[in-house]
Amino acid sequence: MSVINNFNKALKSNIREYGMFIALFVIMAIFTAATNGIFISARNLSNLMNQTGYIAVLAVGMTLVIVIRHIDLSVGFLSGFIGALTAIALSAWQLPVYIAIPMALILGVIAGLITGFMVARLKIPAFVASLAGFLIYRGAILLVTMKTGTIIVTDETFNAIGNSFIPDIPVAFFTELHKLTLIIGLISICLFILNELKVRRVKQSYKFEVLSIDMFIAKLLFISFMIGYFCFVMSRYNGISWTVVVVFIVVAIYYFITAKTVLGRHIYALGGNPEAAELSGISIAKITYFVFGSMGMLAGLSGILFTSRLQSATTTAGTLFELDAIAAAYIGGVSAAGGVGKVTGSIIGAFVMTSLTSGMNLMTIDISMQYIVKGLVLALAVIFDVATRNKAK
Amino acid sequence: MSKSFLLQMKNITKKFPGVIALDNVSFNVAEGEIHCLVGENGAGKSTLMKILSGLYHDGSFDGDIIINDEKQKFKNIKDSEKAGIGIIYQELALVPDMTVYENIFIGHEIKKGVVVNWNETISEAVKMLKMVKLDVNPAALVKHLGVGKQQLVEIAKVLSRKIKILILDEPTASLNESDSKNLLDLLKELKKHGVTCVLISHKLTEVLNIADSITVLRDGKSIITLNAEKDEINEGVLIKHMVGRTIENIYPKRTHKVSKDVVLEVENWSAYDSVHGKQVLKNINFKLKKGEIVGFSGLMGSGRTELALSIFGNQPKFKIEGTLKHKNTIKKINSPKEAIKAGIAYVTEDRKGNGLILIQDVKNNITISNLQEIADFGVINENEEVNIGEKYRVDFNIKTPSIEQAVGNLSGGNQQKVSLSKWLFSKPDILILDEPTRGIDVGAKYEIYTFMNKMVEKGMSIIMISSELPEILGMSDRIYVVSSGTITGEFSAEEATQEKIMQKATN
Repeated sequence: MSVINNFNKALKSNIREYGMFIALFVIMAIFTAATNGIFISARNLSNLMNQTGYIAVLAVGMTLVIVIRHIDLSVGFLSGFIGALTAIALSAWQLPVYIAIPMALILGVIAGLITGFMVARLKIPAFVASLAGFLIYRGAILLVTMKTGTIIVTDETFNAIGNSFIPDIPVAFFTELHKLTLIIGLISICLFILNELKVRRVKQSYKFEVLSIDMFIAKLLFISFMIGYFCFVMSRYNGISWTVVVVFIVVAIYYFITAKTVLGRHIYALGGNPEAAELSGISIAKITYFVFGSMGMLAGLSGILFTSRLQSATTTAGTLFELDAIAAAYIGGVSAAGGVGKVTGSIIGAFVMTSLTSGMNLMTIDISMQYIVKGLVLALAVIFDVATRNKAK
Repeated sequence: MSKSFLLQMKNITKKFPGVIALDNVSFNVAEGEIHCLVGENGAGKSTLMKILSGLYHDGSFDGDIIINDEKQKFKNIKDSEKAGIGIIYQELALVPDMTVYENIFIGHEIKKGVVVNWNETISEAVKMLKMVKLDVNPAALVKHLGVGKQQLVEIAKVLSRKIKILILDEPTASLNESDSKNLLDLLKELKKHGVTCVLISHKLTEVLNIADSITVLRDGKSIITLNAEKDEINEGVLIKHMVGRTIENIYPKRTHKVSKDVVLEVENWSAYDSVHGKQVLKNINFKLKKGEIVGFSGLMGSGRTELALSIFGNQPKFKIEGTLKHKNTIKKINSPKEAIKAGIAYVTEDRKGNGLILIQDVKNNITISNLQEIADFGVINENEEVNIGEKYRVDFNIKTPSIEQAVGNLSGGNQQKVSLSKWLFSKPDILILDEPTRGIDVGAKYEIYTFMNKMVEKGMSIIMISSELPEILGMSDRIYVVSSGTITGEFSAEEATQEKIMQKATN
């Protein structure tokens, strides 16, 4: 009984944090049942990850933008535009990958800083400033692809980012499993448990509230199982893809910045109360530049991932990416009022979005219904968030 | 009394959690008179008017409102409007991007069927404008008018609703002298047309000039109602009634000595607010010595907060003239960040608005203004942060379940302690406290006063802005009085009295 009580208590006090994990879990379970397990198959999950990549990196950047009470509508077509430029650089100009990719990221930063300049210095509402970017980059894509139409990318290294997997250890046993993926999985579980134990010990030494011991163990087991199961499923297919590696690195960096650094604290302070932040000695302009600059860079990265995945740049690349990223951030618990939201949450939100697409595609549900369902899920997620937030007050 | 009253408010008592805002207040207004309501900030004037306007609905207070011998029960503002009460608040309620005539009839448009009858509206508006003696094109946009004219539009708007009693809350606070005079003349003129008027004002000269009767409120009680014809009234009498309470002994003893070193000197300091197009500070000169508590007294809107903000990095972006000497060197401080670096801290009067980040926890709020102190290469040492949070929690006796509690969940006094902790952690040597004890209970007040004394003993200098006279007198070594954006008086702690300060603050 006490275990159930503890579970209820832990669930209640952390419902907002766990809510989206539960939502993702439920969505995956429903699709697994509805597709006789195809949804959860290694091949489908692997595809799902690769499809999520280019939205996920945008959602990470968008999280920060929304946290500081702005919005960036330009990133979808910016991503498409930079993707097209990268394709041209690789195909027409024959630039090597290690030059084309940094070029794409730097272009992204510059584009982001331009939006940031309009917002921070000229005080133009971000909605309008980025809407201008939306139109401009949309035109720019058409402009650079006018002569050629779709630009095919033949560079194998570049195309590997969106389509290939990390290499395996060349040994001759367990040939049907991807061994490096399994090893990575095991190491991750160990690191995760060790870190959780350390955090718990520190918290206890300051007499902070911690999960009861049975709930703590349950949490460790559950997340370890998820990591383990994920790596196991992946290892039965081709292992971890490069896209997953890229997304993981991005999330790790942004998690570190937002949770551990002065810069991160300033971002949340600005979102939580801009006037108080300014009077606390925080430069609002500097933070705004950083957030929009990083958003632009991630748009460039998103363009690279998408172009690589399609092995080509198309005239419509990037359409509606920005709205998917915004939806992912909101589903992931970012507050429209600012100051609240985690990059990890937005990643889950991005997975919810692509899971819905993938699952409904497998069920051969018409695109019309897909949009309606996604809209409902977004509305539900935000209603849930607002309701639990008010309750917490 | 034989005279019949148009409005009677009888035995009004209004309680808020923990405070009695109005205690058995009676307030009677005769037909056709100008009745002034005076009292210090927090005396209960605004609360009384909120009851009269229906903002605090019937049942949320005790006592009766009687208009024309008829008992009124206001459920909302609409009810009080119907009963003939029109209120003009300090902050104007006009829509800047609409025309004068649209503004006058907003909310009660003249209609023909379902559409607005603009011709009728405009001709009515012209009549109203004539009545308030405002000579502007009714089709002009309100934002293009000066504050004084906007005030008149507001009056026209209220008069157009066929009201019996016109209530004005500090109408001249934001007006210059000639606009103020116009407004007061208009009120006298309206009186001739039979409009009854209740005027709330801090400016005693204008009260004496215009009032037929004056009611003084103090600490939520109605002290006295004076009649201009029968009673002898002058500023001295009013001030005595306004501040005549005895000071409770709530100020801890001071033992510190003020050093001779001047740490901050401001000379010919003027500030111009280009957004609202008005001068907020005029030619201010003051000094602050090491180990000194200097009190800045003045009424709300006198420019005290603007002065503090203009020194603390000028966050409102005023245009500033004058020099600021910090430890005998002239400095230009262009942002709060630079001010903090120079060792100045500003504890705001509005801790919820621009002081604290309510959704974040206690420790995050404390460290936010000086995160570099606990960071290596931009990475925060979280253990160190917890230690700091704990230290201040203990030092300031902050009552919170843990330092991971969101600040928004704490009481006002504890929020203020977090605010002080935050600024102390920025290691200042000049601390500006803006209304440090507003809205907090006596116990927490005492703790904050003790803390102030402890800090000046250690050599810190404190500028304390406050509208509470006892606090100014009880805590300051020296006192400046601010009125209309300039310093109108300077007193040593020995020579200052409530009456002297009040006189300087109201002229």
